[in-house]
Amino acid sequence: MSANMVALAYLVASVFFILALKGLSSPESARRGNLFGMLGMAIAVTTTMTLTQNWTLIVGCIAIGAVIGTLIAKRVQMTAMPELVAFMHSLVGLAAVFIAIAAINNPVSFGLPEVLPAGSKLELFLGTFIGAMTWSGSVIAFLKLSGRMSGTPIVFTGQHMLNLALAIAMIGCGLWFFFSDTTNWTAFIAMTAIAFLLGFLIIIPIGGADMPVVISMLNSYSGWAAAGIGFSLGNPMLIIAGSLVGSSGAILSYIMCKAMNRPFLSVILGGFGSDGGAAAATDDGTQKTYRSGSAEDAAFLMGNADSVIIIPGYGLAVARAQHAVKELAELLHEKGVNVRFAIHPVAGRMPGHMNVLLAEAEIPYEQVLEMDEINSDFSNTDVVLVLGANDVVNPAANVPGSPIYGMPILDAHKARTVMVVKRSMGVGYAGLDNDLFYMDKTMMIFGDAKKVVENMVKAL
Amino acid sequence: MIGDIDPLIINLTIFVLAIFVGYHVVWNVTPALHTPLMSVTNAISSIIIVGAMLAAGPVEMDWGVWLGAVAVTLAAINVFGGFLVSQRMLEMFKKKDKKGSA
Repeated sequence: MSANMVALAYLVASVFFILALKGLSSPESARRGNLFGMLGMAIAVTTTMTLTQNWTLIVGCIAIGAVIGTLIAKRVQMTAMPELVAFMHSLVGLAAVFIAIAAINNPVSFGLPEVLPAGSKLELFLGTFIGAMTWSGSVIAFLKLSGRMSGTPIVFTGQHMLNLALAIAMIGCGLWFFFSDTTNWTAFIAMTAIAFLLGFLIIIPIGGADMPVVISMLNSYSGWAAAGIGFSLGNPMLIIAGSLVGSSGAILSYIMCKAMNRPFLSVILGGFGSDGGAAAATDDGTQKTYRSGSAEDAAFLMGNADSVIIIPGYGLAVARAQHAVKELAELLHEKGVNVRFAIHPVAGRMPGHMNVLLAEAEIPYEQVLEMDEINSDFSNTDVVLVLGANDVVNPAANVPGSPIYGMPILDAHKARTVMVVKRSMGVGYAGLDNDLFYMDKTMMIFGDAKKVVENMVKAL
Repeated sequence: MIGDIDPLIINLTIFVLAIFVGYHVVWNVTPALHTPLMSVTNAISSIIIVGAMLAAGPVEMDWGVWLGAVAVTLAAINVFGGFLVSQRMLEMFKKKDKKGSA
C-alpha cells in the first residue's frame, strides 16, 4: 500500500474512534459506538499489517492476545471492573515502553533515520517515562483494588522530597540521553528504571476511596503514552487516539475531584484518610445515641411508603448485593412504591461503578438517577435506604469547618425516614463521624448488605 | 508551503485539535456510562499495537523484534479484552421491556 493510502486508512480509523466515544452519550447509541471502535481498530491493524513482513509472528501474537483478552472479558465479575481496568492500563504502559526500546534499537523499521534526530529522542523519552509510570502505577492500583494489597495509604517522612529528587534524576537522565551523540543506553535504562520506581511511589500513598481519581488519572496517562509514541513514529492516528483517551481520563479525574471537593494535587500527594477505619476521629466526649432496627422493621416501613430512594455505595459492591437489591426494588414496585436509585459520582471505586452493577442486575436505567437530578426530591421522599455508603451522605459537608465541608452530598438527611445498612458504626473513609446516623429519624441496620437486603425481601 | 513545515509542527497541530475534539465529546458522555467509557478508551489506547507491529515487523529477527512481539501480545489482550468487556457492559444497559419497569 502506498504511504498515502495508509495515511487515509488511518484517518478513517481515527474518525471511527471519535464516533465510538460520541456513541457513549446515551445508552441507546453506546453499543453501536463500541462497534465503531472495533471497526476502527480492525482497519488500523489490517493496514499496518501491509507494512510488516513477519506475518506469522504478528498474527500468532495477536491470536494469543485475543484468546487471553476474550477469556478475561467473558469471565470477569462486574464488581471486579475497577481492577480489570487498572490491569489493562498497565498493559498499555508496558507495551509503550517496549515499543520505545525497540524503536531506539532499530529506528529504521519505524521509518526513522538510522541516527535518531533530537526531536524523536525527546518524544521517545516522553513516551517511555509516561508508559513506565502508567505500568507501575497501574500495578499498584490493581493490587489495591483487588484487595491483594491493603487500601490504606503508605506514607513515610520525606516521601514528597524523595519523589521530587527521583523526578529530577529522571529528567537529568533524559537530558543525558537527549544530548548524547550516539544511542546512550545507560541513560535510557536509568531513566526507565526511575520512571518505574516513581510510578510505584506515587500511587502507594493514595488511599482506597481516592481510587476513582487514580484510575481515571492512569487512564489519562495511558492515552498520553500512546500519543507520545505517535509523535515518535510520526503517526497522526496514534496521536489522535491517544489524545482522545488522554483528555477523557483527565476529564474523569476532574469530575471525581470535584465530587469530593478536593484539589487534584492533594489527592495525588495522597495520605488522606490514613486513620480511616479507626475509632471516630472527633469525639466530643458525649455518648451519642442511635437507633438500630431489624431488616423486617425496615421492610415494613418501605412497604408502606409512597416513595423510596436507595443510595448504593462501595458496601454494595463488596457484598455483591446488586441482585438482591433488584428483587427488593421489584417487590416494592409491585406494591406501588415509587423506587428510585441515587448515585453519587464517587460512589464505588471507579467512575460509574454503581451504574454498571445496577445495570447488571437489570434495574432499568430510567430508575437510576445522578446526584443533580435527584437531590431536590429527597425532601418529599418517605424512606431513604443507604446501602454501604457513608461520606457521600454525611451532612457534615454542609458545616463550615468540617474536613469535608463543601463536598457535594446526596441530601439523604432531608427525607422523612432514613435507614442505613452498614456493617458497624465505624467511620467512613474521611475518618469522620456521620451525624446522619444519630438523627431521630434514622434507623441503623447492622449486617452485610446482601444478607440484610435478602431478609428485607423475605419479609415483604 | 506545507513542505517547509517541520512534521513535528503538523503533528502538534493534530494533537491540539484532537484534545479539543476529545474534550467536547467526553463532556457529552452520560455519567451512567463512565465505567464503559473507561474500558472503551482503554481499548482505544491499545492503538499502540500499531507501533508494536512495526517493531515486530522486520525480517531480521533481533531481540528488538521479540520485544515488539511481546508488545503486540500485550496490546492485543487489551484490544480484545477492552472492546469485549465494554460490549458486555453495554448489553446490560439495554432497555428492558419487562412488565413493571416504568
